[in-house]
This record gives sequence, structure tokens and C-alpha cells, in this order.
Amino acid sequence: MTVRETVLDNGLKVLVQEVHTAPLASVWCWYRVGSKDEAPGVTGVSHWVEHMNFKGTRNIPRDQVKGIIEKFGGAWNGYTWIDQTTYLETASADALDRMLFIEAERMDACLYDPADCESERTVIISELQGGENDPEQLLDTEVTAAAFKVHPYHHPTIGWLSDLRTMTREDLYGHYRRYYVPANATLVVVGDVESDDVLKRVESKFGGFAPGSPPARVTQTEPDQQAERRVVLRKAGTTAYWKAVYHAPAFADEAFFPMLVADAVLNGAAGLNIWSMGGVSRPQRSARLYRALVDGGLASTVSGALMPTDHPYLYSISASVAEGKTLAAVEDVVLQEIERLRRGGITPAEFAKVKAQLRARFVYDADSVTDIAHQLGFFETIGSWRAYHGIRERLDAVTPEQVHAAVQRYFTPENRTIGWFEPK
Amino acid sequence: MGLDPLRVVLGNGVTVIVKANHTTPAVSIVAGVGHGGYTDPPGKEGAAALCARVLDRGTVSRTAEAIADDLDGRGASLTVAVGRHQMSVSATCLAEDFQAVLALVADVARHPLFPEAEIVTRRADLITTIRQEEDNPASMAVDAFFSALYGAHPYSRKVRGTVASVEPLKRQDLVRCHQKGFQPSGLTMVVVGDVDEQSAVDVVSRAFGDWAATAPAGQAGGDRPAGGDKPFLSAEAARAKAEGLSIPDAPRATERNLVAVPMMNKSQADVAYGFVGIRRSDPDYMATAVMNNALGQYAIGGRLGDSIRERQGMAYYVFSALDAGFGEGPLYIRAGVSAGNVERTIASIDAELTAVLTDGFTAKEIDESKGYLVGSLPRQLETNRAIAAFLLNAEVFGLGLDYDVRLPDLIRAVTLEAANAAARRLLDPARATIAVAGPWHPPTLEVAQASSGETSPKRPSAAEAGPS
Repeated sequence: MTVRETVLDNGLKVLVQEVHTAPLASVWCWYRVGSKDEAPGVTGVSHWVEHMNFKGTRNIPRDQVKGIIEKFGGAWNGYTWIDQTTYLETASADALDRMLFIEAERMDACLYDPADCESERTVIISELQGGENDPEQLLDTEVTAAAFKVHPYHHPTIGWLSDLRTMTREDLYGHYRRYYVPANATLVVVGDVESDDVLKRVESKFGGFAPGSPPARVTQTEPDQQAERRVVLRKAGTTAYWKAVYHAPAFADEAFFPMLVADAVLNGAAGLNIWSMGGVSRPQRSARLYRALVDGGLASTVSGALMPTDHPYLYSISASVAEGKTLAAVEDVVLQEIERLRRGGITPAEFAKVKAQLRARFVYDADSVTDIAHQLGFFETIGSWRAYHGIRERLDAVTPEQVHAAVQRYFTPENRTIGWFEPK
Repeated sequence: MGLDPLRVVLGNGVTVIVKANHTTPAVSIVAGVGHGGYTDPPGKEGAAALCARVLDRGTVSRTAEAIADDLDGRGASLTVAVGRHQMSVSATCLAEDFQAVLALVADVARHPLFPEAEIVTRRADLITTIRQEEDNPASMAVDAFFSALYGAHPYSRKVRGTVASVEPLKRQDLVRCHQKGFQPSGLTMVVVGDVDEQSAVDVVSRAFGDWAATAPAGQAGGDRPAGGDKPFLSAEAARAKAEGLSIPDAPRATERNLVAVPMMNKSQADVAYGFVGIRRSDPDYMATAVMNNALGQYAIGGRLGDSIRERQGMAYYVFSALDAGFGEGPLYIRAGVSAGNVERTIASIDAELTAVLTDGFTAKEIDESKGYLVGSLPRQLETNRAIAAFLLNAEVFGLGLDYDVRLPDLIRAVTLEAANAAARRLLDPARATIAVAGPWHPPTLEVAQASSGETSPKRPSAAEAGPS
């Protein structure tokens, strides 16, 4: 678990962890920019920029992008979310130099050909519309927007359709130049590598870039919510979906792990890796909401999500209503269970159970070089990679009293937004 | 050196495959049987799917609640999956819980109780899932595609069944499904993770060794493990073990067929376009897999991705998939596009396939796909779960214990000519079956003709009504 941290003179932070269990290396380049850094009118620009950064650079002609890492058996990908944008390659460790070259080009030399920008506009609109085909995603977008009035967590990462139609190549390129600078980036290399060798290669490829200045940061704070909000979406469909979100602590807040324990009591432990989540199914059959809703026949699925974020985000509970049952019945039961948690707290047996679950999840969350590298970089974008190494300690330190205090504070009616998707 | 797992066949026919991997203090367990939705009796489609959902909801000695408490208390996960020809019980746990969780997997596989109350609840869940799919253009396009492509062949049926077929299922249907599927000689137990290989075999022996066959299933036998290795299954024997029946060849389309599932409440349409494919045991399998990679997988969707996503900007996803199993699953292309681009997308697929048929792939394309498929193996065999899935697949298809070692050379041996021949064997726009689900109405005959060149399209017909 030894991580070697180095900061180049231009501000690029480099994290290297040697893992010699397989002949693989994973390279991730992280930027502290996500949809929360977007102003009205250019929502979705971070995600669109991510797409543009796969389209050729000064030294990787457009027609040579295809296969640049695949021919080494590698895979590449990227994602944009509310706090971060990231790019990765995982391939044979022999391809380390090639992976670093791609990331250096991406940071400094992307082309933003106007025709490519236009062609990608429709790809992204297709991505948005594909998401809209899913009623749960539609509901999520509406509920999140209702929960945030001031903070830019209000808008979806993919952006509003109206902005995607009007944004220009200059908007995209300006965003790229502003945020894609060494001082705003972290490069993570994990795998069958020698750290001295990695650093030498990184210095030669990235060391010459001008540092850039760390971009201005979001200053808006979401005011305390004063009253319950409701969203009712009535559209053609076959299934009803219920969702509630509560304003929740940021990852660095001392209430975060107590709330993670509370979520595990309600829904089973989900872990803290947003990249691999879903790889191992959640242990939720003895959890309170599963027993009340799914075993109770009211819902076919229920889940909860507390995401590790930079600023205070949302704790969400989502359920698909069982055929023939009602949204009102699901809502009654969830709110009763929340009230039971607030009044009665959790039992010692539950407390021991969910702590064991979370410890196991933290092991499953890091079972490949790709996932280890993801975790280091992800937590660096919302604080520090050292905070990732501290998750076990923070979990162990949680007391039942802290869980009780957190649920008292966050699970109040005025702190929530409830959404219904009602098929018509 | 390869994975080199330990493989032992117990006296009663249970096959045990263990691979130690000490990367993390965790273990993945998969118990697979060669029985799935394919053998659901007519009118009882979905019986295997419901059996899978209730299988782990109570055994002769443990209530559903006790199983849930045991698993959740350890942070272990347990899932039961079902396909056309297979069912599997999979678990992931910490190494310290391996023995207890394996014993639980064995109990679930051997002694499920199928309590009536659980059947009621899980049937309602399954029906809700089916109804959700009816509102999902991707699911509806694929369902309509299978239905149109396979016609009277059993592959046209959905493993999940329909609301009408799932509603009347009885406990006896699930008991029968379990009895047919879970027999010692048909069970393969794969364990990968932070274990000692021989000790893990002993743990499996204790959990399964005293299990005697309850139905004629071949080599049911003694109550103690035989110990030694037995020869690996041949592909033919594996197929017989999987089903005990032969799967008929699927009828080949003789003309082009377009079906539409209008779902006017949706933002985007899903297209499924393809052909009857091949069996996993087909001598052309590897050439077809390489061809499929070049056609619709390599980088962002191979040739199809170059055209439809990269050059024309029409879709966020476009890819091809080869579903080669015990029977002739399809080779099909999928894309999500706006309603206004459906015809253009279909025409682009036609054009790309025609170009492949006329000029073939380039040597560079095939070399790159081969390089990718060979080079990606270490990455695909990194986690316990992925290794367990690979080993189970190798066992059920009779590919050999050393398949991971032989596979790179099998891929490298595919020639450009073989890949092009595989394309010519399967791809033909004039005989394509196409399904479109989403906010799109079928075009007029003239439009269809214009978009498909020399083909002779059949009059479009609505497959199934969209949601009201």
C-alpha cells in the first residue's frame, strides 16, 4: 500500500503505487473540474470536453487515435462527474510509456477541430436522450435540480439540452485551456512498474508544460432547505418510481461516515468506489428498507446512495414500485422507517453487522490495479489520496452516538425532496 | 505458465476447479449447472428464471431470513443468475468466511425449500422487472429482434418469460426445475481467491461429497471424493452434460425483415440488426470472434463505430455482439439513435456490411483486432470473479484447463482470409433481421427500399404493441 507522491515543478502531482501481482499497469489522469464548475449557459461543457479529448492531438493524428492503446491489449475510458474529470488506460505494463504519452498529449495538445466539435454535439445529445429513455434517470435529474437552488450541483453532468445545442467550439476550447493545466491535475500510476522509472518518464513527458494557474473555485453555498419539496413526473410508462433525497455531508465532513453507516443499516453497505460499484452485489437482504419494501411486496428494488463528494451533496433512497402497488404506500413505509431510525437508533447487532459489511466492501473496492488507481485519484480530487487510506480508520472510529446525531440532523422532513414518477 | 488451476471430479460427479490468487483477502465462488430457461416446458416460460429468484430464499434447514442475516453479517454477496442453458450461484466473501459461505452455497444448491410466500413475493418482483423492460426501448428492440429472427425456434423465447407465463407458475414447477438442473454430475464448482487449493477442494468435498443423484444423470456414485483428476471434458461431452439434448439448428432468414415497436413516449430509438450466428463449438468460432471485433468492437465500435459514431455523430453507442453458445445464438448490431436517424443508421450498417462483403477487412484491421484480443487477456483475468467466470466457461464448453495458455495462439492463427470468410458466411444485408423500438414509425416500403440498395424488404410489421 505504499504510495509515492511527487509534485513536479509545474505543480503536477504524481502518485505511484507498485503492485506486482499481474503484468499490468493502470494510468489515470485526473482533473479537478466537473459539472459543478460550470456556469449557466455552458452546462455540460466539462463532459463534452472529455469527449473532445479523445479526438486527436498535435502528435496523435485523428486517424491514429483508434487503436492507440488497443493494439497493446489495453482499454481506455474516461468519465466526468460533478467534481472531477478523469481518463484512464489499463494495459500490459510494457505499454506504460505509450499510456503516459497519451495523457501528456491530452493535457497539452488536443485539437478541437470545429467539424469534430459539431459531430460530437449530436453524439452527446444522443447520450442524453438515451438516458431520458430511462424513467429513473429522468426522475433523478428532476429531483436533484429541485433539491439544489443555488449550488451548481443543481444541473446534470451531461448538461441541459438547450446548452448542448448552443455551446460553441470556443466555449469548449476555453474550458479545456483553463482547467487542463498541471497545477489542476493528478497523474496516478499503479501496477507492475518501478516508481523511479515511472517518475523519470513522467518528468520527461509532462515536466515541460507551463504550470497554469489553479482555476477559480465555486463559492456558492446551498442555503439550508426550509421546507420539503416535491416533484411529480407524469409520463407514459409501465412502472412507478419513488425517490427521496436529503442534503448530506461532504466526504470530509465528520458526519460522512456516520451517515454511511446509517445508509448501510437502511440498505446494506455499498462501498466507496463509484467506478466499480455494482461489481459485487450489495449485501442488503437483512437491511431495513429491503425487508420492509421488497420482502413486504411493495417494491421490487430499493437502494440508497451516499456519494463521496467535495461539497455537501445528497443522500438518496430510490425504489421501483411493485406491479399493482402504489407510490403512496412505498412512501409511507420509507418515511416510517426513517422515523424509526431517528427515534430508536440502531441496535448493537446492526452496528456490528454494517461495520463488517463496509470493511469487506473496502476490500472488494480495490481488487484490481485499475480500481486501486481509481480510488487514489478519485479521493485526491475531493481532498487527498491520504483520505482514501484513512477510510478504514474513520469507519472504525464511528460510534452509535455519532450515527444517531447524524440521522437526527439530516433525516428531517424539511431537508428532503421527494420525487414520484407516475406512469400514465 | 498460465492459470493452471486444480481440477478434481468428486466420486458423485461434482467437478471442482480451484485457483489460488492471493492479491486480495477475498474469494469468489461460482456453482454452475447446465440448465436454464431453454428447457422451460412450453407455456411455462420463466420457470427457470423464477426458480433462480427463489432458490436462495430458504433451505430445508435455514429460513430466508437466516440466510440473509448470515450473508449480510459477513458482508458477503450471493447472486443466482440464469441464462438460456445455465444457472449459477455466485458468492464473493472475505477469505476468513470462505468455509461458511461455501457451505451456504452448497445448502442453497442442494436443499432449497421454495417457500410459498417467497414464491409470491419474487414472482411479483419478476413481473415488475418484465413490465420495466416493456418500457425500455433497448430491451424491446432486442426482444423483437429475437422473436423475428428465430420464429418457431426456442431461441425466440425470453428466459424471463412473460407476465402471462409467469403468473400461473406453481411451486412444483420450481421444484421440478431444480431437480432437473441441480444434479451432482452436472454441477461445476469454481473457487478463486485467497485459499489453499487442496484445502479448498477438501472444503467443497465436505459440502458436496455426500450428495447422491436423484435423477438419472450419468455417473452418480460414491459418497467420498475420488481424489484424482479425470480427463477434461470434450466439447461434445460438455454439450451433452449441459443439456442432455440437442439444440436444433436455427432457420436462416431468406429475406430482409424489419419490425418496429413504436414507443412514442421515448426520447431515442434502439436498433437491433443481425443474423443467426454460430455455435461455440463451430470450427469457425475464433475467426468469427476476430471478425466481430473488427466489425463492431475494436476501439469505439470497430468499423461501425467509425462510421456511425465518429464520422456521422449519430449515436453514443453502436457495437456488434457475437452470442455463440450451445446453440446458434445471433451475431447482431445494436445502436441507440434519434428517431430522425433510424433510416440513415440502418443504411449505414448496410453500407458497412456491403463494404466488408465486397472488399473484405484490411490486413491491418484483422491484425489489430487479434493484437487486442491476445493482449487483453491478462487484464481480463485479473480479478477473482473474472477468473472464475473464465474457468467455468472453459469447463462448460470443454475448452480445456489450459485454455488461457492456448488461447493466444488460437487467436493469432486466424488469417485475414478466414475472418473474411466468416463475414461472408454470416453477414448479408439482403437477409438481415432488423428491429427498431422507440419514437419511430416504420417507413413506407419505398423508403425502406431506398435505404437498403439491392435488397428486397418485406413489408414492415409492428412486432408487439408499445406501452399504452
